[in-house]
Amino acid sequence: MEYRQAKTGKLLIEILPDRCDFCGCCVGVCPEDAIELKEAEIFIIDPRCTNCAKCVWSCPIEVIKFNREGVPVGK
Amino acid sequence: MKNEYDVIVVGAGPAGSMAARFAAEQGVSVLMLEKDRDVGYPVRCGEAISKAGVEEFIKSDDKWIAAKISKFSFNAPDGTEIIIEFGDAGYVLERRIFDYELARTAAEAGAEILTRAYVNGLLFDEDGTVCGVKYEFNGEQKELRSKIVIAADGVESRVGRWAGLKTHIDFRDMESAVQITAANIPVDQNTLYFYFGKDVAPNGYFWIFPKGNNKANIGLGVSGIIGKKKSAQSFLDDFMNKHYPNAPILTKIAGGVPCSITLDKISAPGIMLVGDAARQVNPLSGGGIASGMIGGSIAGRIAGEAIKMNKLNHILTYDKAWNDRLGKRHEIFNRIKEGIYNFSDDKFNSIAHSVLKVPIEKRTLGKVFTTALMNNPSLLLDIAKVFVI
Repeated sequence: MEYRQAKTGKLLIEILPDRCDFCGCCVGVCPEDAIELKEAEIFIIDPRCTNCAKCVWSCPIEVIKFNREGVPVGK
Repeated sequence: MKNEYDVIVVGAGPAGSMAARFAAEQGVSVLMLEKDRDVGYPVRCGEAISKAGVEEFIKSDDKWIAAKISKFSFNAPDGTEIIIEFGDAGYVLERRIFDYELARTAAEAGAEILTRAYVNGLLFDEDGTVCGVKYEFNGEQKELRSKIVIAADGVESRVGRWAGLKTHIDFRDMESAVQITAANIPVDQNTLYFYFGKDVAPNGYFWIFPKGNNKANIGLGVSGIIGKKKSAQSFLDDFMNKHYPNAPILTKIAGGVPCSITLDKISAPGIMLVGDAARQVNPLSGGGIASGMIGGSIAGRIAGEAIKMNKLNHILTYDKAWNDRLGKRHEIFNRIKEGIYNFSDDKFNSIAHSVLKVPIEKRTLGKVFTTALMNNPSLLLDIAKVFVI
């Protein structure tokens, strides 16, 4: 399986956009400015993500997951 | 719309609207851009504010007051309830109307407003000074120049980052919150309820704020340290299942409250940061409406002055003006917060038991504080630690 590449290897952070409230907690704590957030659209900017997981811990509604298997391309 | 503005404000919350208004009042041209469809919606907030905090900027109006507050109820982990009465000191707002009205005051002062305009970058002069914004509107990528950009883009605070300011907040200081508006919550309609303890909201508090007719704004915030193990959503579900299992939920939304001291730098050539984006929230209470409006008003005034004087580096005086008005006070509140964060449930309980001995008519927040100290010598040490850096 192919994985999206982040700076430190495989991208392991996954956002479930369908369940997201677009509140911005994750963006505020991201040290790398690696999350793009519009009115109702959110995604991780792969080359910037270091898999630090701070966004995962800060999500109030468990919409950002840490997936040890990596996140497949094109998902 | 003009081809260029003196001031562009990014974000139309309370801080952005006040920045736009106070700049426009000086006669300079102002455009405020909002990424969402509506000003004031969605609401990510507990919506409580002091009357003084509101009336510094807008005359009280029943159309955005959901409840008038005259009492606090603090609830310790063992169920001990401390009630403090303080006259007609506060409101629970209807933020979607309130924010809208604040934006209207900016418009009346001469500011232009554009919604659904998503700012996604900044323009820079050759010397690195911010001189405008890039934004997406109607599916088109556009650019617009300005002499000053005021970033009021909320908890995300990306605009300041693009300008080179360090805006990202430590995950331990981010209170990740989830909030609902529920019906059939039969609490006193003039009391703000706060709940403390590791079961309901460790390193934060759980709130029930009445909104009239037994509706209530209910929610909690927890630090990222706690969020590692259990999310705010999960704490909310537990509380509601236990206390109000059948309450109809009218709205539900997540939000983030940056509970820290203000950023080291909130201005740089061509740019100023206000409100949540500048981390101007009161770090102890998590309240950010009043402080955001104050930050916005100071920034707007200084921006307007800078343009009128044709002396753009005047905006760099904003940091000191903010620190003198509230920034320094927030540093003290932040030290108290860090002390309280470490209180055990037993400590909260013992403080509540001591305060309960003070007759209700003599209870004030200050009295509660001193009583807690007198009756808990060990607490005195804790508080002393809080104040000693």
